[in-house]
Amino acid sequence: MTETRDIDILHYCRSQTARHLMLMVRSPSEVVNPLLFFLLVIVLFPLGLGPDPEQLSVLAPGILWVVALLSNLMICMRLFVDDLEDGSLEQVAMARVPLSIAVLPQLLASWLASGLLLSLVSPIFGLMLGLPLDVAPVLVASLLMGTAIMLLLGAVGAALTVGVQRGGILLAILILPLYVPILIAGTRALNEALHGGDPTVALALLGAGVTGGLLLAPVAIAAGVRVSLEL
Amino acid sequence: MWRIIHQFGSPPWVYRFCDKVIPWLMPITIGALLVGSVWGLLFAPTDYKQGDSYRIIYIHVPAAVVALAGYYVMALAGLVSLVWRVKLADTAMRAAAPIGAAYTAIALITGAIWGKPTWGAWWVWDARITSMLILFFLYVGVIALFEAYENKTVAARACAILSLVGTVNIPIIYKSVDWWYSLHQPASIKFTGSSAIDASMLYPLLGMIITFYALFALLMMLNLKQSLTEEYAQSAWLNKRLAA
Repeated sequence: MTETRDIDILHYCRSQTARHLMLMVRSPSEVVNPLLFFLLVIVLFPLGLGPDPEQLSVLAPGILWVVALLSNLMICMRLFVDDLEDGSLEQVAMARVPLSIAVLPQLLASWLASGLLLSLVSPIFGLMLGLPLDVAPVLVASLLMGTAIMLLLGAVGAALTVGVQRGGILLAILILPLYVPILIAGTRALNEALHGGDPTVALALLGAGVTGGLLLAPVAIAAGVRVSLEL
Repeated sequence: MWRIIHQFGSPPWVYRFCDKVIPWLMPITIGALLVGSVWGLLFAPTDYKQGDSYRIIYIHVPAAVVALAGYYVMALAGLVSLVWRVKLADTAMRAAAPIGAAYTAIALITGAIWGKPTWGAWWVWDARITSMLILFFLYVGVIALFEAYENKTVAARACAILSLVGTVNIPIIYKSVDWWYSLHQPASIKFTGSSAIDASMLYPLLGMIITFYALFALLMMLNLKQSLTEEYAQSAWLNKRLAA
């Protein structure tokens, strides 16, 4: 019995991840729009602050991180909505796989399509804001981990607000205060790298955040999904 | 021991308990508030550096201390409601949230009023101020989430989860904000309060902190009673109690 169960979980995770990735491929706007949003907001900053590259490069770490935070919020708003509407979230909750594991494939798929993509293209946005290319590895690494924690935390909020009318703005109120440590560690890593310091402490903290988030967040997400489904 | 715990899960018992305690606690708290304010505002010695402006400490510090404690009261009630499904804990959690938010707001506002004469600015991005502001947003989030749900039982469970997530995060947020502050530490702002505080100033402060705790308890009981009255408006025990 237990053996089939183990196989079930792995098989389940693989097929669910594939399903969610397939859904994203079929509606590419869901993947592209957050990236476009990221780009657009970044363009707004030089327009508002003036084109002086030196000033921009001072502000760049903060701008990049705040915008990454906001575009992540957009992704979190959509996270469970479709699955709730077509009823598949209920099926997931009823499956034999524990719910705290069953929600992970979707998070993985979302992260691959958003966090990973955004981190990989972020050096381009960094260049636009006058960041030197040699901090690109730190930028990518910090965003890779940061987007993962943000998605895990945001999913808790998304699970809690998915059943609520106009839950989007509510989600922002719930989740943004919790993003504070991520923002601080992320910009710290970038600033250290920019000014010749050692970014490893900040990066290690982000890594710790990912580990802790992976341990704790699924439980909270599962509890949130149950609340929203009124199970 | 178990009986006491069980009693706290019973709405009629808690309602009676509140009815019994409030007539005592209300005059004591109001009296202590008056004594503490007069003591702190009139009789405590003037600070040699800040003059009389420091006296706002007698409201600012107690409010800040209890605001943080209030979040833990709320989260604890949330935990009890999630784990043991005690309905009364839901009500307690809902009762604690607005009071805690109000305390946080008081701490922030008095801090701004205090900051103007001593630091020369209404708002400074100091680590503690910033953490207080985030605490305020956490409270507001719980209240907003509760309001968003139609079904209040579900709302309470959602709020319980959120407040627990917040509890795990509060120490991390506080540490990270401290760390962030050490990044751009402004040189000129250092105030004398961190040096050992004299007993003549300390006793009224301690008194006010205890009073603010008592006030929190009092407000919470009043809030609890009101919520119970709404929730159990159709129940026989409440109608009997109200008729008596």
